[in-house]
Amino acid sequence: MEEFKDKLESNYIVFENELNGEADTAVHGMRRDAFRNFEKLGFPTKRNEEWKYTNLKPILKADYKLFPKREDHIEFKDVKRFFLNEIDSYKVVFINGVYSSWLSETTHQGYDVCTFGNALRKYPEAIDGYFNKVAKTDEQAMVSLNTAFASEGAFIRVPKNKVVDKPIQIIFFNTSDDREIMVQPRNLIILEQGAKAEIIERHQSLTDTPVLTNSVSEVSVGANAELHYYKLQNDVHTSSLIDNTWINQYRDSVAKFSTFSFGGRLTRNNLHFAMKDENCLTYMNGVTILDENQHVDHHTVADHLVPHCESHELYKGIYDDTSTGVFNGKINVHKDAQKTNAFQQNDNILLSDRATVDTKPQLEIYADDVACSHGCTVGQLDEEALFYMKSRGIADKEARALLMYAFASYALSEVGIRELKQKVNMLIAKKLGVDLDFEL
Amino acid sequence: MLDIKNLHASIEEKDILKGINLQVKPGEVHAIMGPNGSGKSTLSSVIAGREDYEVTDGSIDFLGENVLDLSPEERAQLGIFLSFQYPIEIPGVSVSNFLKTSINEIRKAKGEEPMGAADLLKKMREKLKVLEMDKAFLSRSLNEGFSGGEKKRNEIFQMAMLEPKLAILDETDSGLDIDALRIVAQGVNKFRNKDNAVVVITHYQRLLDYIVPDVVHVLMDGKIVKTGDKNLALELEDKGYDWIKKEVASL
Repeated sequence: MEEFKDKLESNYIVFENELNGEADTAVHGMRRDAFRNFEKLGFPTKRNEEWKYTNLKPILKADYKLFPKREDHIEFKDVKRFFLNEIDSYKVVFINGVYSSWLSETTHQGYDVCTFGNALRKYPEAIDGYFNKVAKTDEQAMVSLNTAFASEGAFIRVPKNKVVDKPIQIIFFNTSDDREIMVQPRNLIILEQGAKAEIIERHQSLTDTPVLTNSVSEVSVGANAELHYYKLQNDVHTSSLIDNTWINQYRDSVAKFSTFSFGGRLTRNNLHFAMKDENCLTYMNGVTILDENQHVDHHTVADHLVPHCESHELYKGIYDDTSTGVFNGKINVHKDAQKTNAFQQNDNILLSDRATVDTKPQLEIYADDVACSHGCTVGQLDEEALFYMKSRGIADKEARALLMYAFASYALSEVGIRELKQKVNMLIAKKLGVDLDFEL
Repeated sequence: MLDIKNLHASIEEKDILKGINLQVKPGEVHAIMGPNGSGKSTLSSVIAGREDYEVTDGSIDFLGENVLDLSPEERAQLGIFLSFQYPIEIPGVSVSNFLKTSINEIRKAKGEEPMGAADLLKKMREKLKVLEMDKAFLSRSLNEGFSGGEKKRNEIFQMAMLEPKLAILDETDSGLDIDALRIVAQGVNKFRNKDNAVVVITHYQRLLDYIVPDVVHVLMDGKIVKTGDKNLALELEDKGYDWIKKEVASL
């Protein structure tokens, strides 16, 4: 780990020297501060309470290449299956961290769907207003590291009362077939008052060469705006992802986030909502289905800072083989946040004796007039239900799959894009090894 | 059709069935009556293949096949249907998806093509009508939040859809008011034909006013101790079980 940290330090100096013309800008200052902060904090270890169940050490041993310069060409037909194809969409696509204009479909008509790099050059007011303002860096080594190197990702800005007419797909492909690579995407998503958008984000390796992605997304959902955000995590078994997503919500806004975790070697999701103004509505849903020795860690925070906000969180997990899962959901109800409604539930099924899940719902309430609940369960499939299904002629494997489908389906209820729901259903069926001829 | 010989079964070392003999022919309705704890529900569970029970002796043949070697799903695919005394709630699976899966799994096992969505829906609507059920019922989660009567009706609805050769109704009448009882019986009577058979397990004679049995058996302490026609049920209703107990004891 120390070795990798040293390497990052020398690389940062090179990176800084290459940033000609940016030397005196505010962004540069933030980068420098962020890197200093990372140096001070170092990579999180298991001694850190927030990282108790997720060990980064093994994945930090690889000799990651940090700045893949060249855009590797990919034919669309070879990666078509990773897109949601059945519907028209905007696409912001990156290959090894570098923007691919070939695979992308951006726009500046009515709203901006383009790249972070482009925004750094062209929209200083957006960068000044939001970059490094939504995500908190102080205790966050991985966010700091990303901020220091942040140069590319998606930039989406929807002005007042504009509705993005089709979903936006943000996809990061990784193709290196010789060296391990580390990529650090930075997404900035701004919905102004009354704006509306749907976003699907995916990180996908096309080879088995190890990849470490440390991604930061800063999201601002303005007053009365509505954002639906879907994270589809089904990467190859050699790829690891640390996702840091920070969302600020303003008055009367709606933010619905769904995280589908079906793959990857190690996935850490940090999902942090701050309700900055009254009457915000927040949904966090998650379906996790893991096998072999995969690991997923969901760390979520719902920060109720003001009165009259509502948050709903439902995470479902199915763990087979020696897979491991972590759920740590925090609901903070601050002193002034009266009339808060906050609900959280995490349910897990263990299919094997060697699979484990550590679930920790946390509720901190400093207001006295609130309705909050949290709970978690860990169990096996219901044998009575299995017998009931089998007694109707449904074979053991299908009966189990049907029960697991049913178990997971509640967390799919907020998926608003029909084709995406079908795709997720298909991925679940594939993951469970069955072919069930219906949608839930 | 169903031929049970000297069936012994136990659960956790406790003997429940102690030598059951029962033959059911196509077109027949058999009623099995008996006091609590006599083994009625155990008998239905063992026929359906519940794995909690251990069969220690005897045999169950169904259409000439030894079903004791078969899994519950294989038995269902052969045409055995059990209407549960306590149907299980399965949140997240709708009645229609459950039935679709069930019907097509059974067809698959027989090497038949899956049933088309339109045909399936038509059949569902037809059967719902017999059971005086609303079609909104199809999209509800299986048994979740159903009243006692709805659960039982749902069992009979499934039976009507699956068209088994042998239907075992385990206390389908318990907890039903007289209207629900009439509707459930209507479903069963509509289902009956010369090629299938029904075994009705019940405490009460009441249901047998609507589903008239050809044969009535009395089960006591794991054995069938008396067999008669429908009048036996009336006699039991009138006099209770004590006289049979005495009769058995005197033998």
